[in-house]
Order: sequence, then structure tokens, then C-alpha cells
Amino acid sequence: MRDHLDELEAQSVYIIREAFKKFEKLGMLWSIGKDSSVMLWLVRKAFMGHIPFPMLHVDTKYKIPEMIEFRDNLAKEWGFELIVETNWDVYNAKKTFPEGNATRIECCSALKKDALQSLISKNDFDAVFAGIRRDEEGTRAKERYFSPRNTKFQWDFKDQPPELWDQYKTDFAPGTHIRVHPLLHWTELNIWEYIEREKIPVVPVYFSGQGKCPPDERYRSLGCEPCTSRVKGEAKNASEILVQLKQSNIAERSTRAQDQEAEDAFEQLRAQGYM
Amino acid sequence: MTDSQSTSHLRPKSDHPLRIVIVGHVDHGKSTLVGRLFHDTGSLPEGKLESIQASCERRGVPFEWAFLMDAFKSEKDQNITIDTAQIWFHTEKRQYVIIDAPGHKEFIKNMVTGAAQADAALLLIAADEGVQEQSKRHGYLLSMLGIKQVVVVVNKMDLADYSETRFNEVCAEYREFLSGIGVEPMGFVPVSAREGDGVATLSSKLNWYGGGHIVDTLDAFSQPPKKADDVLRFPLQDVYRFDHRRILAGRIESGSLKAGDTLTFYPGGKQSKIKSLEFWEQEALNSVGAGQSVGITLETQLFVERGHVAIRSEQGPIACSDEIRARLFWLGQRPLEVGRGVKVKLATQEVEARVHQIHRLIDASTLNVQNEGAKEIRKNDVAEVTLRLREEIAFDNADVCEGTGRFVIVDDYEVAGGGIIVDAPYRSTQEKAQAQPISPRERNALLGHEAGLIIFGDSLSEDSRTLVENRLHQKRILTYRLSDDEGSHLTSLLNAGVVVLAEHKAESLKHLGAHQMLLSSEDDVQKIDTFILRLKGLSDSRDFEI
Ligand SMILES: Nc1nc2c(ncn2[C@@H]2O[C@H](COP(=O)(O)OP(=O)(O)O)[C@@H](O)[C@H]2O)c(=O)[nH]1
Ligand SMILES: [Mg+2]
Repeated sequence: MRDHLDELEAQSVYIIREAFKKFEKLGMLWSIGKDSSVMLWLVRKAFMGHIPFPMLHVDTKYKIPEMIEFRDNLAKEWGFELIVETNWDVYNAKKTFPEGNATRIECCSALKKDALQSLISKNDFDAVFAGIRRDEEGTRAKERYFSPRNTKFQWDFKDQPPELWDQYKTDFAPGTHIRVHPLLHWTELNIWEYIEREKIPVVPVYFSGQGKCPPDERYRSLGCEPCTSRVKGEAKNASEILVQLKQSNIAERSTRAQDQEAEDAFEQLRAQGYM
Repeated sequence: MTDSQSTSHLRPKSDHPLRIVIVGHVDHGKSTLVGRLFHDTGSLPEGKLESIQASCERRGVPFEWAFLMDAFKSEKDQNITIDTAQIWFHTEKRQYVIIDAPGHKEFIKNMVTGAAQADAALLLIAADEGVQEQSKRHGYLLSMLGIKQVVVVVNKMDLADYSETRFNEVCAEYREFLSGIGVEPMGFVPVSAREGDGVATLSSKLNWYGGGHIVDTLDAFSQPPKKADDVLRFPLQDVYRFDHRRILAGRIESGSLKAGDTLTFYPGGKQSKIKSLEFWEQEALNSVGAGQSVGITLETQLFVERGHVAIRSEQGPIACSDEIRARLFWLGQRPLEVGRGVKVKLATQEVEARVHQIHRLIDASTLNVQNEGAKEIRKNDVAEVTLRLREEIAFDNADVCEGTGRFVIVDDYEVAGGGIIVDAPYRSTQEKAQAQPISPRERNALLGHEAGLIIFGDSLSEDSRTLVENRLHQKRILTYRLSDDEGSHLTSLLNAGVVVLAEHKAESLKHLGAHQMLLSSEDDVQKIDTFILRLKGLSDSRDFEI
């Protein structure tokens, strides 16, 4: 082991390989953000450059445009299967927050959570990877690497399986599925250190002056354009982001409006199947 | 100074964080200690204090530090930790992951989940209530989970008037319990988590106490030693054939390996040399060590698969048996009864198992022992048992290698218990050869294939029969053509590992358990190569070439 990043990588690769061995129908939720980029990179590490299952994207149609461009380019360049799902009913009926016809939480619930559920059930996935991390937010700090969802996609957070000694929950009843979280033990800082070290491509708007970002603003976390705000500060590359992160004391998801709603609104969203 | 210089100078470097679990009886102040520790060291993210304040006001309760960790609404509503959580933190000395664990008896499996990941533990005991049931059970489980660095924190000293006498009383009682299970704590620290006495600063109210505060205590723990110098244990996780390479993938549990090393795979004892280490987008390393996820190729193609454990042939042996003796803790709602079928997962091996005998049953909170006649292990109990496995697996004593010396038990889809191997039957390979008769497995290893029976249909031409016999021989398979009057020797030949070619009449012997093939038409002869793969144990690598 050369350093701590190698340890994080080895653990994630182990988890990814374990899921690949254990689950027949497997996909990876690819939100196109920095964590997903790292996760996809780790897949290639695990399988010697190959990407042996599809990337799944839940497209709300409100994403920051650079994300979609990045998604389509990378899929072409790296040659992986991409499955995109959109909740067209709700989107076309304009029952969304940006249209003024839904609260943020209702909007997330329909365009993300419901679309994700239909993506999983349509394709009969036994397991999907999701790039969440424990340091992001309180309920995620309590997650497992292999986290079961019942037939209604719900997360029974009051009764989670024990997880010890790198033995994971790979046995599951029919109709249920497993969320696999290979990045659970990484921090935001680790993610950027790794992106810098490995030179992993990320959506350019993480950096100031790119896309619609003014020279002194950038995105810290990527989501739907109407509900994601930029942070102040100049950072033109990963190493400059690292400097700022070290000095900052502000929670990463503070720029994501849906997290700041009523105290347990986000918890409910997650219990119902959101990432 | 240029921009880039200042950047590299300031660049934060993340080290391996030390993982600390906070355990102890419910309500003794674990979550409060974590909240207070974060606040007193200036580690709370901006706005967090205000949001905790708001949560408390909404519920009309006084300020609760525990709300930092108790993220679920139901946890806040009931003021109880349900599930374990992790949070990052650093002192001037190093980085930490703080793992908060629930103290309620109902949630032991969550406590185990948190504690199993820790390098060191703080075990909290409230000064007013003193040593309680989970104080003891948690202490016991820490030792089973292999956590050697434990500091006992006596909390709520404010409720005991910061009394040195009370502190000594609690310490003495708990020390006695720990000595009963052979655990020596690194120290005892008095604090009041809620008031912040002894958390990040020493308190004048505890001026009789000569030791360090909690931050000092954390900094005094040491990183667990790296296992790179030990014997190699490389459990195979999977075999990949994405391109021309046949890559054996897995994580090294201990020791190290490099190209050119001779590996022996257990169970079975097949041997080959490492041809190459395989990497993607990474500088090629000469040697890889414990903790690393790697891929290797071999010089000769062996049939090895997930579950096999590779060791370096010149190093000591690994134990192989269909029986293991272990210490277990049971977390399942349904008791583990003697004789009931469950599944053991050890490294990457999975095998059906049942408890053959319970030698000792221990109540982990009272240390009461039942030696005779126990028929089941109930939730939260600990036991010493013998497990019988459906087939042989490779394993170690936990103190030789944790990765191959510990296992979990899966009961009806759920991980329901954990075990530590205590009495592995090591035998060196030579010793075994002298002391034991040669097993069919060993005979097969010598021949390079297993026994088989090929039955010729009546209509098959003599040419085809000879062709098949020659093809087998060419592929270095020991064959014998059974004549009509030799039918009674069939069993012996198969037992000896021979591939027998017989007439259709011998079909009545089909139940023999060897590999079988019926060649009834000339077309069937094409399938002989696939059959050869099966005989050599290579059948399930679809595109394998011989
Ligand atoms: N008086 C006093 N109360 C405390 C102290 N530490 C924690 N508490 C209270 O004890 C209760 C349980 O604390 P909590 O941290 O939730 O306990 P846990 O179950 O061990 O996590 C809460 O109401 C705390 O405010 C302390 O040092 N002194
Ligand atoms: Mg608690």
C-alpha cells in the first residue's frame, strides 16, 4: 500500500468485485457527478479497463446542461452501455417544482425516486451501485455497503443487516434488491485527491469560469439546475479545490436545496428509495 | 511565491484515519460525547450547532449534543441511538473516524457492525449508574472482535460530584469484569460529556485526576501494525476472462506476492507459478501486499475458482478441514440450534454448515457458563462450538490471519452471527503424506484428472472407439478399455482414478458418481474434448483452451 488512497481504492474494488460475482443483474447508478466519476473509474480498475454492466442515469430533464453533454461523450469514448430513464408523465404534465406546481421534495420524489424505481423494476436489477458517502449527510452516515431494499423499494433503516469483517449481505429474498455503496468510506476530500491523482475526467462546471460559471464561482455538488447553487471562490482544477476544501467548514450538500427542507423530509425520501 | 507553489505547500493530505468506536450501555452518554468532542475541537460544520438547537426547540427539550449523531427522526424523537454512524474528525496529530454505536440490547447487531470496523474503542460507563449489562456485553464483544486498544471512560462525573472515590469504585468493578475475560484496558478517564469536563480540556473539577483528556486519549492510541510481513493468504474472489488473459482476482489478506512466486491453492493443493501481476492505469508494481486488491495470471492453467486460498508454497501450511472449532456470537432472532443447517462465509468461501456440538455457552454480560447439554445459542449469547461443514474449506486460527480466521453465519438470507477460529488443525504437507493414506483427491492431483466412465453405444463403429481412446491418451489421460468379462473390476478402476471405456452393458453402473459420458452416435464423438475438460476440472471456464 502506498498511501491512504490506495487503501480506499482496494476496499472499493473489493466491494465492486464482490457485487459483480454475486448479482446476476447488476447496474450502476451514474449521477454524472464527481463521485460517480470516481466509481466508474474504480469499475475499470476492478475489471482491468472493462465496464461489464450498464450505467444507469435518471434524467430529470432539469440537469445542468454540461452534465448531459459529459454523459453522452464519455459513454461514446469509453464504450459502455447507458440506460437513461425519465419520468415523462410528470415532466410533460409540468407537475414539477420549476414549473411552480410541486414542492422541491415532491419534485425530487417524482422525477428522481419514482423514475429510479421504474428503472430498477423495468430491468429487473438484483442490485445497483450508488455512489453515496457517509460524510455527505446524517442518514447516509448510517448506511451499509450492501443495503437491502424491500419489494416496495423501501429502506428499513431501523433494521439494517449487520456488516462485519468484509462479509456483506449478498443473499436476498426474491423481489427485493440490494443497493451497493462502494464509496461509503470515502470523504469529499478523498474524492478530489483521487480525481487529481488519477486524472479522472469530471464535468467542467466543478471549476470556476467553466460553462455558465463566472470566473469566481463553481459548483460543489451537481444536481438539477433550479435547485443547485454555485459556491463563491476560484478553483480552476482539482488541486485548487483541495486547498479550498481544507479551509472550508461548510457542509458539501448545503448547496442542494432539497436537503435543507423540513427536518426529516430528506430522510423520508431516502426511506422511500431515493439514493 | 507562485500560485502553484502555494498550492502544493498547502495541499491537504489525507492519511489513514484511526477508527474509534464509542460503546457502552444505553444512555451512558456515547452520542453526547461525540457531539461535545466535535464542538470543543471546533470540528462542527457551519450551521450545525444552530440546526441541533432548532431540532431541540421543536421538541421542547433542552439542548442535546447527541443530535449530531442521531440523524434519524425516530432517534431524535426517542432520544436513543438506533443505528451506528460514522463521522470524520481530526486533531493536530491525525485524522479519525468516530463510530457511534447504539447501547440498547435490542441493537447489538448494529453495535457489532460499528465496532467490527474499529481500530480502538472508548467504552463509556456513567458514574451514577455504574457498570450495567451492556457495559459488560460490549466489553466482551470488543475482545471477540479483536479490538485490543480499549480505554474506559467514566462519564457523567457531574452527577457524582466529580468524586474520585466514585470514579475508583466504577473502575475497580469494571476492571474485575475485564480481567475475567483476559482484557487489560489501556486506561480509565473521568469526564462529564455534557459539561465538557475532560473532553478537549482538563477540568479543574477533576483536579485529582492526573491523566489526559479525551483528545489526548485518542492521540495515544496507535495504528494497528501492517500485516505485510506475515505468511501469504490470498483468497480468490473471482476469475476473469474479459480478454485473452485469465486473471485470478482477489484481495491479499496477509503477506505479499510477486511474479515468479510458487503458489499452492487450498483446498486441493494445486500448484503453479505467478506469471504476471495485472494492473489497469497504474504503474506496474513488482510486489503487492496485504490489503491490496490484485489480479494475477499463472504460468500453468489450473482449475481454481472463487473460494480457493493461495499460499506461498515455501511458507507454512493452512488448515483444511470439514470441521472447525470456533467461538461464536449469535445475533439472530431465531436461536441457533444444534444440527440446524446454516451457511458459513469465510473469506470468499461459502459452505453449508451445522453446529455439531456446543462445548460452552456463555452469557456475555454475567460470564455465567453452561458447560453441559446446551442445545441452542440464543440471541446475544456467546458459545464455543464445533461446526461440521458439508465440504472441506481452508482456514487459519484468527491470530494467524484474521481474514481467514473469522467467519460469519448466514441464516435465512441474514448475517446472524460471527465466529473466530481457535483450534485450527494445521498439518504440514509432508507430515500428512507420511501419516495418512493417499486420498482420492491426492491421486487425482497426481494424474491431473478425475476418474470417468465412457460408455460406447452398440452402433458406434470400432474406428470411433479407437479414435476416442487415442484422443484421451494424447491428452495425458489414463485410460482402460474394459472387456466384457471384466465388469466386476469397474469400481476398483474408477476408485483408482482411471477413465474406463466400456460397452453399453456397463450402463447399469451409472450411479457410481464418476464423470460419465454416453457415446451413442458418431456425432457424439465431437464432444470428447468437452468431456476431457470436465475430467481435468476445467469445465466451467467456458472458453478455456487446452
Ligand atoms: N448529567 C449528565 N448527563 C449527560 C452526560 N452525558 C450525557 N448525558 C445525558 O444522558 C442522556 C443520554 O445521552 P446519550 O448521549 O444519548 O447516551 P447514549 O445512549 O450512550 O448515546 C442524554 O439526555 C444526555 O444529555 C453527562 O456528562 N452528564
Ligand atoms: Mg447514542
